[in-house]
Amino acid sequence: MLLKNPVSQRQWQAFRSNRRGYWSLWIFMLLFMICSAAEIIANDKPILLSFQGELYSPILFAYPETEFGGMFETEANYRDPFVSDLIEQDGWMLWPLIRFSYNTINYDLSVPSPAPPSAENWLGTDDQGRDVLARIIYGLRISLFFGLLLTIASSIIGVIVGALQGYYGGWVDLTGQRFLEIWSSMPTLYLLIILSSFVKPGFWWLLAIMLLFSWMALVDLVRAEFLRGRNLDYVRAARALGVSDRMIMFRHILPNAMVATLTFMPFILNGSIVTLTSLDFIGFGLPPGSPSMGELLGQGKANLHAPWLGISAFVSLAFMLSLLIFIGEAVRDAFDPRKYLQ
Amino acid sequence: MTARLAINHLTINFPGQDAPAVDDVSIALQAGRMLALVGESGSGKSLTALSVPQLLPPQAHYQVESILLDGEDISRASTLRLRALRGHRIGIIFQEPLSALNPLHTVARQLAESLQIHQALSDQQARQRSLELLQRVQLPEPERMLGRYPHQLSGGQRQRVMIAIALANNPSVLIADEPTTALDVTVQQGILDLLKELQRDMNLAVLLITHDLGVVARYAEDMAVMNRGKIVESGITREVLAAPQHPYTQQLLSSEPHGIAPSADTDKPMHLQGEEVCVWFKQKRSWGRHDWFHAVDNVDFKLRQGETLGIVGESGSGKSTLALAILRLLDSRGSIRLGTTQLNELRGRALTPLRKRMQVVFQDPWATLNPRMTIGQIIAEGLTVHAREMGRSERDQRVAEILQEVGLDPLARHRYPHEFSGGQRQRIAIARALILRPELLILDEPTSALDRSIQHQVLELLRDLQRRYNLSYVFISHDLKVVRSISHHLIVMRHGHVVESGPTEQVFATPSQDYTRMLLDAAFDERLRQI
Repeated sequence: MLLKNPVSQRQWQAFRSNRRGYWSLWIFMLLFMICSAAEIIANDKPILLSFQGELYSPILFAYPETEFGGMFETEANYRDPFVSDLIEQDGWMLWPLIRFSYNTINYDLSVPSPAPPSAENWLGTDDQGRDVLARIIYGLRISLFFGLLLTIASSIIGVIVGALQGYYGGWVDLTGQRFLEIWSSMPTLYLLIILSSFVKPGFWWLLAIMLLFSWMALVDLVRAEFLRGRNLDYVRAARALGVSDRMIMFRHILPNAMVATLTFMPFILNGSIVTLTSLDFIGFGLPPGSPSMGELLGQGKANLHAPWLGISAFVSLAFMLSLLIFIGEAVRDAFDPRKYLQ
Repeated sequence: MTARLAINHLTINFPGQDAPAVDDVSIALQAGRMLALVGESGSGKSLTALSVPQLLPPQAHYQVESILLDGEDISRASTLRLRALRGHRIGIIFQEPLSALNPLHTVARQLAESLQIHQALSDQQARQRSLELLQRVQLPEPERMLGRYPHQLSGGQRQRVMIAIALANNPSVLIADEPTTALDVTVQQGILDLLKELQRDMNLAVLLITHDLGVVARYAEDMAVMNRGKIVESGITREVLAAPQHPYTQQLLSSEPHGIAPSADTDKPMHLQGEEVCVWFKQKRSWGRHDWFHAVDNVDFKLRQGETLGIVGESGSGKSTLALAILRLLDSRGSIRLGTTQLNELRGRALTPLRKRMQVVFQDPWATLNPRMTIGQIIAEGLTVHAREMGRSERDQRVAEILQEVGLDPLARHRYPHEFSGGQRQRIAIARALILRPELLILDEPTSALDRSIQHQVLELLRDLQRRYNLSYVFISHDLKVVRSISHHLIVMRHGHVVESGPTEQVFATPSQDYTRMLLDAAFDERLRQI
């Protein structure tokens, strides 16, 4: 549906013709899928196991150790040689690619943690003996989900506010603009620090607080588009036909404003990820123990003798952000009217 | 006598296009004569002119046997040599003076730039020469003009400054690319008179590019008609216009709007009536104080059922504002009545049923259709508002019918606006307005952006529709010829006021105001009227 009209088709063609951006999009999608399925890729429980002819799925369900002939009533620790021996005597286990979850501590390290990369821990462990690769995969997932949610939510709010201001103009616009000026001068970081002293900021808290200030990025752009759009001949013709304001905004002006919005989205996403990372880095972000890129960078800084921490975090973060920038550039070029009109 | 400028066998191609944009064109300009290059948009006339100073777009491929400027072949000249020629021996005037002048520089600097590059004059000398030039192009108070910026000048003044810059270094050839298209008719006349005078006094060879046969007939000694990149006919203007040989020239001449206004019928019921209509805009708000700008001031008008009311005026006369006020897209004071309904008293949703009775067609065929919707969706939009209960298939049926009525293939409804030409787009805009079966159609310069031959067809369509459905039109235009051919009644507007009104033929035959006479004089050329 979206790709049916010729303007969008030409934009998609222009996007595809930017090879770097196009491939970045595919790589990003692939990484996004991998991260979304983090539990299947990196986990300390088998995906599937067979014991005495019956199938179990430890990822989905918790089974007590007694189920497999062990002693404790608590959930089975499949990494325990005792348990795995029990199971493999009368069945098999299908392990994920990485046999660690983000919070699995490897007690069998031959060197004190942080341990350097080895056949078991491909990117080494952090200072608490947790696998770095597993933490990166889970950390990227949180970063991406946080970034995407923040981007989408702030775009929706920004577009609505900008559209109303631009379309109605006059007092609506004037009041809105003054409010924006005041609101945008609030020091976000201080507010976060103050707030984190009386609530324990979790994922959703952080998202809500960031959203309070990030929706303003798009307002001015969308407002300008609507100011221009409301005087277009085809918008006037629609008004003369008696089409309602809501329909005019949605059907006739919004598609034009979406050009600016979509162009900015990858960059906003980038900004959101960086914001979360930096909050984690200085310790005002996600609760302790959560897998996060910022926390890993912090560990890298604290353990300069273990360069694999800092390097892994830096490379994965830089790679992800570069992909988004490349996609953003391609989108920007695709929406450049000099390229798709005539 | 050898030609000042001769282009021999010029061909210009653009990659990806089959037919050449300019196809084997040869023209010659004589000293002291004006050659008009006439053609519709896309005929290649501007490209031909731009090939002389070699300012063609970079993707153009061009081949030419020779371009002789005073006997020197400049077609293969070096960039350096060309730079010395541009603005020195070849003066150029472009269509839109606002974008051709640098908005950040004063008139003095723009003039001095060219003088100092080509003649290495000192600041003092350049200033002296600039003053002479501004006097030469008949600008009042040249001393003060020198210190002004382009935005402080009117359109006509800007074009005079452009001419002064083009003349600064005593060129032998002057190229004027549609120099008056962006200007009002009365201003247009002044500029062209000036060009003509300069041509005679300075013995210039002038290449005038235009689409307006009236201008050609009045000013140019020679003319060449271009169609699809080829010169189809050329010769002395008087002879070509008196006895056009090529069918294309004949077609161009016959599509000049002509014919006498339809006579008014006083028995028909009054349909649209305006009394003391005012549209004022607030201006200059400083600390709560404001002035009012009277865009439309105390305008009265009357329109009978099935007739056309023509509104003419130059840009800024308030004619489009009046149209928006009638449509109730702008608030106005006074009284506007459609049939027995008082339009001014209706607000918001109460207006919706009324929208069905009056519709509008705008000027710019490129801006009037939403590029992201199919023709079918665009035309059916009115039905989705006013006939919600109508089913999908019936709506589709109605769209197909209306497309046929405006002379388009019903299958066009599945296509998108960019696949249509300007004239076709205007037909689609008319279809969108007509699908609700309105009684009143407001036409805001519906043909101004179209070539003459297309204009002719659209006007025919409008006349036909009026006859068939007894439609009333409010027809707004700056083009008196077009207005005359379609309007029963006429009002002439200037600065928001009505200068003159009455039955069209009466206004044309015996204009009572000086302003009307001036407009008529500028628009109708004696020589062309005789054809």
